Amino acid sequence: MSNDQIPPPHASPDEERVGVYVCHCGSNIARTIAVEDVALWSEQQEHVVVARDYKFMCSSLGQELIEQDIQAKGLSRIVVAACSPHMHERTFRGACQRAGLNPYLFEMANIRELTSWATDDREAATSKAKAQVKGAIERAVLQEPLEPLFVDINPNTLVVGGGIAGLTAALELADSGYHVYLVDRDSSIGGQMAKLDKTFPTLDCAACILTPKMVDAANHPNITLMTWSEVVAVDGFVGNFSVQVRHKPRYVIEDLCTGCGTCIEKCPSRVLDQHFEVGLGYHKAIDRNFPQAVPKYPVIDTTHCTYFQRGKCRACQVVCPTNAIDFTQKETFEQLEVGNIILATGYEQFDARRVPQYGYGRLANVFTSMEFERMVNAAGPTSGQVVLRDGVTAPQSVGIIHCVGSRDKNYNEYCSRACCMAALKFAHLVHERVPDAEVYNFYIDIRAAGKHYEEFYHRVLEEGTHFIRGRVAEVTDAARGPGEEGSLIIQAEDTLIGKQRRIPVDMVILMVGMEARHDSRNVASTFGLGCDFEGWFTERHAKLDPVVTMTEGILIAGACQGPKAIPESVAQGSAAAARVSGLIGRRTIKLEPVRASIEAAACSGCRICNNVCPYHAIVFHEEIKISEVITALCQGCGACVAACPSAAITGAHFTREQVLSQIDGLLWDMQPGVLVLA
Amino acid sequence: MQYGYYPGCSLERNAGAYHESTMAVAGVLGLQFTEVDDWNCCGATEFFSVNQMQAYALTGRNLALAADQFAPKPALPVIPVEVAEPPQLVAPCSACYLNLSKVDRYLASSPELAAKVNTALDAGGLHYDPGSLRVRHLLDVMVNDAGYDAIAARVQRALTGLRVAPYYGCLVVRPGFQGQFDDPEYPTTLDKLMRVLGAKVVDFPLKAHCCGGHMTQISEEVALELLRRLLKNAADYQADVIVTLCPMCQLNLDVFQRAVNRRFGTNFNLPVLFFTQLMGLAFGLAPERLGIGKEFVASRPALAKIGTSVEVEQERAVGKRAKQRNDQSLPMPYMPEEEER
Repeated sequence: MSNDQIPPPHASPDEERVGVYVCHCGSNIARTIAVEDVALWSEQQEHVVVARDYKFMCSSLGQELIEQDIQAKGLSRIVVAACSPHMHERTFRGACQRAGLNPYLFEMANIRELTSWATDDREAATSKAKAQVKGAIERAVLQEPLEPLFVDINPNTLVVGGGIAGLTAALELADSGYHVYLVDRDSSIGGQMAKLDKTFPTLDCAACILTPKMVDAANHPNITLMTWSEVVAVDGFVGNFSVQVRHKPRYVIEDLCTGCGTCIEKCPSRVLDQHFEVGLGYHKAIDRNFPQAVPKYPVIDTTHCTYFQRGKCRACQVVCPTNAIDFTQKETFEQLEVGNIILATGYEQFDARRVPQYGYGRLANVFTSMEFERMVNAAGPTSGQVVLRDGVTAPQSVGIIHCVGSRDKNYNEYCSRACCMAALKFAHLVHERVPDAEVYNFYIDIRAAGKHYEEFYHRVLEEGTHFIRGRVAEVTDAARGPGEEGSLIIQAEDTLIGKQRRIPVDMVILMVGMEARHDSRNVASTFGLGCDFEGWFTERHAKLDPVVTMTEGILIAGACQGPKAIPESVAQGSAAAARVSGLIGRRTIKLEPVRASIEAAACSGCRICNNVCPYHAIVFHEEIKISEVITALCQGCGACVAACPSAAITGAHFTREQVLSQIDGLLWDMQPGVLVLA
Repeated sequence: MQYGYYPGCSLERNAGAYHESTMAVAGVLGLQFTEVDDWNCCGATEFFSVNQMQAYALTGRNLALAADQFAPKPALPVIPVEVAEPPQLVAPCSACYLNLSKVDRYLASSPELAAKVNTALDAGGLHYDPGSLRVRHLLDVMVNDAGYDAIAARVQRALTGLRVAPYYGCLVVRPGFQGQFDDPEYPTTLDKLMRVLGAKVVDFPLKAHCCGGHMTQISEEVALELLRRLLKNAADYQADVIVTLCPMCQLNLDVFQRAVNRRFGTNFNLPVLFFTQLMGLAFGLAPERLGIGKEFVASRPALAKIGTSVEVEQERAVGKRAKQRNDQSLPMPYMPEEEER
């Protein structure tokens, strides 16, 4: 049902009968705002028939209060002064509807987040609450009944990021019978987990539990795998997104490649692998990240390929038995139509070079946690041997420094959550690979909150690992005496004994924290969701809605939302998939009828709105020189309403009159005529 | 460029060489340093622990004098004073720099303290509004205002062959004060400056550790141990000379070097120079104009190495060089270009 079919609702705003309900929210509001006073004052305002204050308006009893008043007193407009509309707008709209009142004849004044939580000044807060209520009343009397819009949901889902979170989400949706496009910008899926050797606390091999899932994803009839690809543009809205994906050229024809690996073997260009091997190992100019990579097709690294740099070589092309090498490949673009999008774009490691006093990059035997992770990995640069930078000597003592870049106001104030357990795992692995080695953990607190985590901590304690509680001041090779000569010295205050300690060790491992991806803000703007100060994607509610964003149809899972270990990432991947399949199962989705419409008679055909609309929802009829809003595409953002020089565009539920009346109401105690509204 | 110049007590006596070389180098670079008239001691490191209020007032007097002397003179057309950049006050001594900067900040953050200090200053007809000066260290001005490029352009006689340990001490890099210009934990500006002059900069892990300050007068045992660590570290890395930016550091390392040798049976013979002296040498100025020769541990033998051929350094395996066939070593982490020299 579109807007113009709604019958004209009311004769005049003066005849509206308004009910005002002021919520205490326990003490959340009542502590700072004189709610009884606000209610009494409201009752005296124009249009208001009844005004009440109540302990919890959102309770069943509170809702019933509204319903009874609507029926008994013939209320035609409802104003609730309580929390944010994000919390309970839906609740009170429901109450209106049950009592037979169109739910869009309800207005909410947020006197909690905007007022009572924002100040301790009772007088000022009470006065502001009154102004907010006044604004809500003035707006409510001009509101018009609206009917929700229903749109079909495209059952296909886009999952961005093939790490453990995205992989889990994709598989669960695919197993539920829905089609999934799994896009990853790397050449293989697997994410960070693919780099790991063992996983805490059970010490099962990361590859053994990850690779079956990767293979499942590759073979699943409901999953279209798009690696070496990136999402470049997203259009549309929940249920009907249109996504443009860029496929980067691999220079390998996937249909012909058998993954035999002869090209990798024969490639003469061997370069440092800064990406998968984090600078500790090498790869060829044509290579795959790791032996179990999915898909198996290699990719040419053009910056190091002899052919791309100097125009000759072609060794891979010569040796390829199936002629799968194609140096002329170009990037291609593909358009996908999906109903929902799950972002699982993961995290990046903190750059240890930013803490120069720990010597990374300067002192050879200082390693980062990911370097050590690759070192202990049987498929890594040292085939799993724990050795110093010389590649042969096993360390006799290892110092593990916690919280590098985390819990530190100079870098990131937050805890990176997974590193304590990883440090304990490393201590165990050092003992396992170099049985005589001494291992020291320098920690602030051990955060072992998780199933079987504390038990693992005790196990590592009993293995003889030394734990020194204190932040490390520096790692140095400046020896003070003969006992320190040739070692790396870790200086830290041992806060349990209250003394400075200097521990000479052979190897230092820096437990670097997690950071949001460097381009997370760009990704967020592509998909139209929010980022917090640190660059993590913002969830709708930190506790109650962690996988949904403020943008309908865009979900998040895993470490792109904040630091997470594998179990939490998996849980979020599953949760996001469950939310999406619940939505798809409904087949249609109810949308807010907040839409723009153009009054044809007033439209001058200037086309300004055509370019302003971010959703391409406005078409221009060339024959009659008039623009028109396509209601199904309009998202109600209001950009065109503001841009129209002829004031020919109206946003339903946000009409010019409604908004200006609300402002007048908010400024009710100001001198008339002071504010000039343009 | 115009600067107010606060030499501090040391530069009038033991660190005369610092003053002479600063003036000589400033002349070459076109920096104009005008001394604050009638300045007094900054309170050094210890007076703040003896009587805090008096110490604030003592330093406050210098700030008041400088702010008054270097206040932008009303010119035509009149520029509102708030819009104009505050005048800059340069201190070559780390302790002076820290004290001036610290007091300015404390006065700005505490109106009560500022009122008390101004009551004291009032006795001398002075007044200071916090924030009306920008306090800078000499090194900051040299590398950021004059700039590495301008310095490089003036080099007449590169310090090739000289192995330098750049020593910052602990005061100049203290975090959280106005004028902080380098990493508080691992500063690098002096390293870069020395490289620009052509010197070979040795790794000097203790570069921001304490020299003992006035501990030599209070507990010689503590001070000598701190000095021994620094000297040993510089000697371990085969430095020919320690270069510093603080009169206190220079004095301790230079004058007490013999005492360290006596106590610990060591044989350190490391001349300690101010960075401005090396800048002057590289600019081709005469050593006499730079106060060279005033130091206790003679620098001439070390300086004689300037211009000699450099021994071929063992390049680190940073992945640039093709690895040897049987070299199993793991690559070093990639570091940004400028750090690789």
